[in-house]
Amino acid sequence: MEYIINLFILFAIYGILAISLNIVVGYTGLLSLAQAAFYGVGAYATAILMTKFDMNFFFTVIIGMIVCALIGFIIGAILSKFKGDYYAIVSAGLTIIIFNTLLNCEGLTNGPIGIFGIGRPTLFGFSFSSNINFLILCVLTLSAIYYLNKHLVNSSFGRVLKGIREDERLVRVMGHHRKTPKMLSFVFSASLTSVAGSLFASYLMFIDPMTFQLHEAIFIFTIIIVGGLADLKGSMLGAVIMISLPEILRFLGLPQETAAQLQQLIYGLLLVVLMYIRPQGILGKYRM
Amino acid sequence: MSGILNTKNLSMHFMGVKAVDDLTVSFPAGLATGLVGPNGCGKTTLFNLISGVYDPTAGEIFIRDKGFTRIKCTKLRDLKIARTFQDCRLISQLSVEDNIMLAISKTGTYDSILEVGTEDYEEFLDHILETISLSHKRHELAENLSYGQRKLLEIGRALASNADIYLLDEPFSGLFPEIVEKIKSIINDLKAKHKTIILVEHNIALIKEICDNVVVMDAGKLLKQGKAEEVFADEKVKHAYLGE
Ligand SMILES: Nc1ncnc2c1ncn2[C@@H]1O[C@H](COP(=O)(O)OP(=O)(O)OP(=O)(O)O)[C@@H](O)[C@H]1O
Ligand SMILES: [Mg+2]
Repeated sequence: MEYIINLFILFAIYGILAISLNIVVGYTGLLSLAQAAFYGVGAYATAILMTKFDMNFFFTVIIGMIVCALIGFIIGAILSKFKGDYYAIVSAGLTIIIFNTLLNCEGLTNGPIGIFGIGRPTLFGFSFSSNINFLILCVLTLSAIYYLNKHLVNSSFGRVLKGIREDERLVRVMGHHRKTPKMLSFVFSASLTSVAGSLFASYLMFIDPMTFQLHEAIFIFTIIIVGGLADLKGSMLGAVIMISLPEILRFLGLPQETAAQLQQLIYGLLLVVLMYIRPQGILGKYRM
Repeated sequence: MSGILNTKNLSMHFMGVKAVDDLTVSFPAGLATGLVGPNGCGKTTLFNLISGVYDPTAGEIFIRDKGFTRIKCTKLRDLKIARTFQDCRLISQLSVEDNIMLAISKTGTYDSILEVGTEDYEEFLDHILETISLSHKRHELAENLSYGQRKLLEIGRALASNADIYLLDEPFSGLFPEIVEKIKSIINDLKAKHKTIILVEHNIALIKEICDNVVVMDAGKLLKQGKAEEVFADEKVKHAYLGE
């Protein structure tokens, strides 16, 4: 039972990561690999503020969101000049920079050793320390983020985002802006990603920089490609599939070594097959 | 300056190509003006300058007597100018309805975030979809439409913007007679509402039928401007354009 609860907590956290990335990639058409950076900043904001400043978890979430929004704003201002491959490369650069900062600012982040003893959230005397309570918190957060994004993508603003991913010029001729929406979708996504980071840090109660590398950004990217671009339910489905896969392999009783390699193989195969038969992903509504 | 839309010494040079060359021309308000000339004479480029797709190399554009050295394309809606594209530009992975809504929905960031659904525009949308005979395709993706339907949708989107000035770049090209008639009647409706129309079209018979005035361009320059019968009777025009 405990095992299932743990699995569902991961589903929820990766669901949040995938939904917020989908806003930028699936709806706005910007190939962002910056997701691991904001995930890391959120996680470290909670870890540092809770362990060193004894701050309440929920305050750390808000501060993490603000910090990520600010970073997103600065990077977004630079990024919104780019599209396509350039966007991917520059945004991957941010993930690498943040990873190296987490690794090297030892005074603040403990460097490669990581931060231990991060607590679970409490609110008005109610504690989310048991895994089942923590799961409830994760599911509530995921639902809130899902409905917030659902509103966004169904609004006129969402329509403009979808227009931008295909033909920026045309959208401008229709009287809409181009830079502000691109920027806003990036900043919005960054601050939601931070929430997933906070939950992750508090869930494991320990974090180190290794989690927040480029391969994590690529993993989240894969989730939305499998689940479906420009579909929020698809993001959640993708998270469930991609998180479950290694667990299923584990159940097959394969030796650790073989399972790890097989997992990479299956991820790769899954992507290739999917790109071939259904390029928009399982539930997706947009083909790149 | 007589027209609602005028250009003064307007030029657009691409590397050595003078696509529009020192063009001074005037388009009268409330009338349909045909814009004709051989392939590559700069008709589409003129539309691109008026709609802010390119910034002119030199010269000025006057809209309702207000002068611009360049026009920001995001301001087009405020200037009440709508255009269609020769190569038919739609957002292919959006529905017919959403393509039209792009021309109607609010443009401010905060307003547009708060605006969900199409209820406020339902009647207007229905009317436009009916006009372009695409009511049954309302939720179809634009990429799944036939060529003729795509052309109609583009016109529908232009109508949706409720502009005063319509720049139509070869709206009839490659269409079945049935759809040509449909678009003709849409343009006639606009004329009846005293909208200003600039129509690029190679078929002289259609121009004569629809347009009150004609502007003939050649190699980026103005060759002749005036009433349709006069212009087409002109020796210079016959020689340069009609090849007579
Ligand atoms: N973006 C561009 N870059 C370089 N040259 C261009 C560009 N756009 C147009 N031209 C050139 O400018 C000239 C005028 O082109 P334009 O498309 O305006 O002609 P047109 O009158 O619309 O022709 P058609 O009847 O074939 O549509 C052509 O020589 C064309 O090659
Ligand atoms: Mg042309």
